[in-house]
Amino acid sequence: MTGNSEIRDLYPEVILDHSRHPRNRRTLAGCSHAGRSENPSCGDEVVVFLDVDDRGVISDIAFGGRSCAIATASASLMTELVLGKTPAQAEALFHRFRAIAGGGADAPVDGMEVEVERLTTLAGLRDYPAREKCATLAWHTMLVALQNPKERK
Amino acid sequence: MQLTAHSGAGEEVGAPYDVAAVRTDFPILHRPVRGRPLVYLDTAASAQKPAQVMDAERRFYAEDYANIHRGLYSLSQRATDCYDTARRKVASFLNARNDREIVFTRNATEAINLVAASFGEAFLKEGDEVVITGLEHHSNIVPWQLLRRKKGIVLKVAPLNDRGEVPLDGFTRLLGPRTRLAAFAQVSNALGTNLPAAEMIRAAHAAGAKALIDGSQSVVHMGADVQALDCDFFVFSGHKLYGPTGIGVLYGKEELLEAMPPYQGGGDMIASVTFDESTFAPLPSKFEAGTPAIAQAVALGAAIDYVTSLGLERIRAHESKLLDYALGRLSAFAPLSIIGTAASRSSVISFVIAGVHPHDIAHVLDASGVCIRAGHHCAQPVMARFGVPATARASFGLYNTIGEVDALADALEKVEALFLR
Repeated sequence: MTGNSEIRDLYPEVILDHSRHPRNRRTLAGCSHAGRSENPSCGDEVVVFLDVDDRGVISDIAFGGRSCAIATASASLMTELVLGKTPAQAEALFHRFRAIAGGGADAPVDGMEVEVERLTTLAGLRDYPAREKCATLAWHTMLVALQNPKERK
Repeated sequence: MQLTAHSGAGEEVGAPYDVAAVRTDFPILHRPVRGRPLVYLDTAASAQKPAQVMDAERRFYAEDYANIHRGLYSLSQRATDCYDTARRKVASFLNARNDREIVFTRNATEAINLVAASFGEAFLKEGDEVVITGLEHHSNIVPWQLLRRKKGIVLKVAPLNDRGEVPLDGFTRLLGPRTRLAAFAQVSNALGTNLPAAEMIRAAHAAGAKALIDGSQSVVHMGADVQALDCDFFVFSGHKLYGPTGIGVLYGKEELLEAMPPYQGGGDMIASVTFDESTFAPLPSKFEAGTPAIAQAVALGAAIDYVTSLGLERIRAHESKLLDYALGRLSAFAPLSIIGTAASRSSVISFVIAGVHPHDIAHVLDASGVCIRAGHHCAQPVMARFGVPATARASFGLYNTIGEVDALADALEKVEALFLR
């Protein structure tokens, strides 16, 4: 479209697609966990809703708030990747994502090769450290939510 | 324009402004970014430096450097002379009565903190009021909030209208018998609005209050004449005036500075010290504890020489031309809304594009070599007033060109292509 490789590194098709058409952008009434966080440097705000069922599996997830294309796309992709996982698996994916997008400590992600491969499409973010916070905002918020069980419905 | 700029010596108003020649003074403008020519449109955050400024700092270290006010040897005297000369240049640039009214600080922020701490200590008590405006940079909000916590002062905020202006009557209405100080920016860093500073200062004085002007954004476009303004304090940062980082200026009326207690204690600011009591040095040393940013002060003097030799009137005329052209180009771009549409403004434009976050705008522009600022610009209350979390901001300085405005507009079309089509 623009023929500009730098732009394509930061905004690969997966980011553009998920930012234009975010998945699971909705509220989850009566969910088991919810969290909210802000990026004070840009005023972005993300809320994450989770339902963790009796087997300890994330059975539903949604997000809301207002954020840039990177944060929105990352949140949208995250909801797809952690659905059906346990909180521990979700956290492991987060650590892997940080290692891919920024360079944080890695974590084993047994049996989630497909998810990791999809996260790897965001590897171009590595060259833009200023945007790492955007990319990880929803993931941090998910961890906050998992620490934050709500009154059972 | 509300103010006549204080003209520099040798200025020839009307002579053509040769921006191409000016640009040769700025080495960084000739270094590519991401393989493309740099289009630097973030001068309101910090200005690039001409070789004259860098050379002055380097030459000072290479030829004249020692600590000041101490050595009996001639080199120390030379260094002291250079530092004192820089202070005289600042005094002349601001048209201060004398150089005792010029205090070197780290930056405008420290200058405001100095006034909040020292003037606050001497003259403000519980229930006294400080009036600011809805346009202020955080540096002219938070020091007063800290003082409020410490002394129980009352902070009042003059409202903005929908154009991002501070109407004079809204400001004047807040002034009362308990108002001790009005503190406000002469030009908004977030929106570019020019405030009617002279009228506001008169109104503050009529209410018996002092007036502090944050000239960080204004001095670079219009200079300053502190006697004509009749402000009590005027602050600015050297790095926004094409000078180095780490040096700023507080101007204060001599009788006020005399009546204010020291800000920090240490070397250089004393007359004599015993363990029982110390006496303080005369102005301005009283407010300059410790070894100051000597080389940076000298280089700030060179920056003042530089802008003065170009001529503030000519710089301002050039920037006005860029501003008008940019407002025209950006207004014609349908998805874009300009935030802040003041009738009188300086060369700063804040904007948003519906459906695209300012950080995404800034990053796509960066790929074209165009540097703009995105965020809240240290003015979160301004963002809140206009109901946006952040804006994109392009600001123009003495080295920018019409071609760079075109580069901005062209790069914005890439933003549209990427996110909106």
